Amino acid sequence: MPGTFEPLPGGGAAVALDEVEISIIRSLAVQLLELIGPGPAEDAPDDPLAELFAEGPSEPPKDPVLRRLFPDAYSDPEGTPTADQAEEQRAYSSEFRRFTENDLRAGKRDNALAVIHSLDGLSAAGEGGAVLKLSPDESRRWLGCLNDLRLAIGSRLDVVDEEDTDLLYRLPDEDPRKPMVMAYLWLGGLQETLITTLMP
Amino acid sequence: MEIEKTESAEEVFAVPEPDVPWVTIVHNDPVNLMSYVTYVFQAYFGYSKDKATKLMLDVHHKGRAVVSSGTREEMERDVQAMHGYGLWATLQQDRK
Repeated sequence: MPGTFEPLPGGGAAVALDEVEISIIRSLAVQLLELIGPGPAEDAPDDPLAELFAEGPSEPPKDPVLRRLFPDAYSDPEGTPTADQAEEQRAYSSEFRRFTENDLRAGKRDNALAVIHSLDGLSAAGEGGAVLKLSPDESRRWLGCLNDLRLAIGSRLDVVDEEDTDLLYRLPDEDPRKPMVMAYLWLGGLQETLITTLMP
Repeated sequence: MEIEKTESAEEVFAVPEPDVPWVTIVHNDPVNLMSYVTYVFQAYFGYSKDKATKLMLDVHHKGRAVVSSGTREEMERDVQAMHGYGLWATLQQDRK
């Protein structure tokens, strides 16, 4: 079935993808990679320790997608902190961000790169479409990347509560968001079936 | 990466009640699939399918669930892992 991962005997997963599907996933993964940005060491490629010692940012990202991917760790969305508590939470969140965000960005970059590499391996085989086969490790990277892509698109589409998702299903064809919505729902199907192959 | 508080942060924000445990809370969001949230709770915490499903349903219906508790350092590790998976998580001291 198109857009459906199947488990492989002995572990891993496989999905049949046509040329258009391959190019959509690849282009979304590249966009995600560009949004997440280069690693801190890429400014100083001669220094192997640069990445180890580079501190991450202390402020939340301006872009709403990045804010969703790298949320504040200490601010309870339902909390009603006093001014002092809010200030304390901001300080803790900022410190957490300095020590974690670079690693988190690197992990998400690695997942997106793994997706791009496995797709590029496919295109080399030609034929206008192919069956993508993933090892269990590649499956987990794909799962993470598919989720990040859906978070990114969901954020761009302003999906903030369950009702928004219901609305997306009922968008008229002429709505400019329609292609993005189709991609969002299709990626959801891919992710859902990939999870099934990974469930113990 | 190990998270160490700097001297100045210690001075300004002395943590009260050091014996009160910290908790990791996962918040509901409409994008993450229910099956994915369950998968993450099983894969990362090693919870049983039943426990992972119950926590996922709490997140879905109540908007949030406490998914782990322990020291502040342990909870920062769990929150970082949840962010790695794309789940929306925060930590706080369990003042109850």
